[in-house]
Amino acid sequence: MGIVLALLLLVAYTAINQPRFLGTQSITDILLNTAILAVLAAGTAVVVITRHIDLSVGSVLGLSAFTVATVMQGNPGLPMVAALGLGLLIGAVAGVVNGVLVHFGNVPALVVTLGTMYAYRGLTYSWAGGRQVTADEVPRHFLAFANSAFLGVPWPVLIALVVIAGAGLMMRNYRIGRELYAMGSSPQAAGLAGIRIARNTLIAFMISGALAGLGGVLHASRFGTVDAATGNGFELQVVAAVVVGGVAVFGGSGTIWGAGLGALLLTVIGSALAVLDINQFWQQAIVGALIVLAIGADRLVAVRIARTLRKRDSHV
Amino acid sequence: MSELRGRLASWDSVIIAVTAVVVVAASIGVENFGNSTNFTFLILDLLPIALIALPMTLIVITGEIDLSVASTLGLTSAIMGDLWNRGLTIETIIPLCVLIGALLGAVNGVLINRLGLPSLAVTIGTLALYRGLALVVLGDAAVADFPWTFTGWVTGTIGGGPIPNVLIVLVVLAVLFGLVLHATPVGRSLFAIGANDRAARFSGINVTRTKFWLYVVSGAIAGLAGVLWTLRYSSARADNGAGLELAVVAAVLLGGVSIFGGRGSLWGVLSGVLLLATLQNALRLRDVSGQALNIVTGVLLIASVLLPNVIAGVRDSLRRRRLRAVPAKSS
Repeated sequence: MGIVLALLLLVAYTAINQPRFLGTQSITDILLNTAILAVLAAGTAVVVITRHIDLSVGSVLGLSAFTVATVMQGNPGLPMVAALGLGLLIGAVAGVVNGVLVHFGNVPALVVTLGTMYAYRGLTYSWAGGRQVTADEVPRHFLAFANSAFLGVPWPVLIALVVIAGAGLMMRNYRIGRELYAMGSSPQAAGLAGIRIARNTLIAFMISGALAGLGGVLHASRFGTVDAATGNGFELQVVAAVVVGGVAVFGGSGTIWGAGLGALLLTVIGSALAVLDINQFWQQAIVGALIVLAIGADRLVAVRIARTLRKRDSHV
Repeated sequence: MSELRGRLASWDSVIIAVTAVVVVAASIGVENFGNSTNFTFLILDLLPIALIALPMTLIVITGEIDLSVASTLGLTSAIMGDLWNRGLTIETIIPLCVLIGALLGAVNGVLINRLGLPSLAVTIGTLALYRGLALVVLGDAAVADFPWTFTGWVTGTIGGGPIPNVLIVLVVLAVLFGLVLHATPVGRSLFAIGANDRAARFSGINVTRTKFWLYVVSGAIAGLAGVLWTLRYSSARADNGAGLELAVVAAVLLGGVSIFGGRGSLWGVLSGVLLLATLQNALRLRDVSGQALNIVTGVLLIASVLLPNVIAGVRDSLRRRRLRAVPAKSS
């Protein structure tokens, strides 16, 4: 897999030039930053595999982060589990709204989630205004969660691993997952084959939304300070991670695991640039170039496979 | 008669009517909306969206999309600042920036049409790439000392009245795009490509070349919008126009252009832009914050695609019921 190789080369090059890149603190930071991106990328990958797209994840993250932080600010006694549950719930509802509009409204996901991206963000703004929840206003245990570890692994990283493993397993080994791939490969054929398109579309968007909501809780817990602009533009990074991770934008192929690796690669690039003292402004340009490269490579492979298949047919 | 009824029911006429109603209602009901200073600002605010929406309409009609336009605007703005810092004259810089915009569009065109990559993915990629390059060119600096003769012209009005000078640019281009789209074989071929790409190819339309040039034009207009944006705010910045692509796509879809291609009109899109700008402007005058207005944009965008579907669905089920009521007629 190209992405693993790219990741190894990048890490090796950076580590040789700047050994502190492999320090414990540096690695922890990279993993923590990857965790939030990977959780969202896993959800978006499910939707993209189904041949839809979800551009609203950044706004859902913002809505969830602000709501959860505000609730925790008002009720310091609430346990962390409640915060996580609330985030998941907000995200799931937002995702179901997307799914309903896409399926029953018969509106393309690009349009729906572009619209809800505005709408959810606007909702957060009209509620929050210029207000901000700062780190010293939320309960200590809420902040401690993202920055503490279980068996040496930071909680957000653990959650990201569980999410990727769970979603990966679902997509790979369970009926619903295979149905989502089938829908992405050919919606009509999937419908004719008796796959419950409506239910599955709702589930896919619900997963994407719920994970964006979960990402919001992790974000709020990690950084403590949130306002209405939290996560603004994050959807671009998420889509980048998914595409770079080898999930084809036209559905039907790619893995959750790949999307997670994509998230890791993007985060490592950012850290490597910082460590190597290269202008941080290059980061976004590199991300853009990577997306273009990734879809180019994807297309190249597809063309080559098609050619091989045609050649094999002609021998029969 | 039935043709007239069909026209009246089509989404772009609906949106034109809604826009007219909203403009009139705002002029009557919202204080200060109708005054001439506000009119000037309204036009200046909608200008970049309207300009970029012109080629975007053509692109979406062919069934493609260009999400990189706002980043192209930002990159041209950054380059404009850099070139000005290097001492080039503004008369050289402006055409050069439009040319650079066209080049950036050509890169999209090559990737999409020569390599056959999906336009949504390509332009999400170049959205990040061009914005990144803008940051590389200018960093987080701002260049502000552009000559007054130019910045003054962009913010100025015709004879000191309410009509801004730049409206001339918009009107000229809008008429040009309108004529091309609705009155020439090129325009008809764009609809044909959007309706059925392969059929268009078989009927002798050079689909690849047509789409390529659409992206070049889109880039050039985004470059022009970058120049005008920079001059309006007297500030070349790498983050100029960030997020604008979404407003443009929203306006185009709101204007009745089908995201699947093959359907839409430039008049619909221009009223879509006007509707969006009027609502934002009027609500802002009533102290609704600009960011909270995003709800309006989002809901409008979804509704503009959802409503025609719902109406068509209802009409369809009514027709079916009517057919069921008179089963004997078919024999």
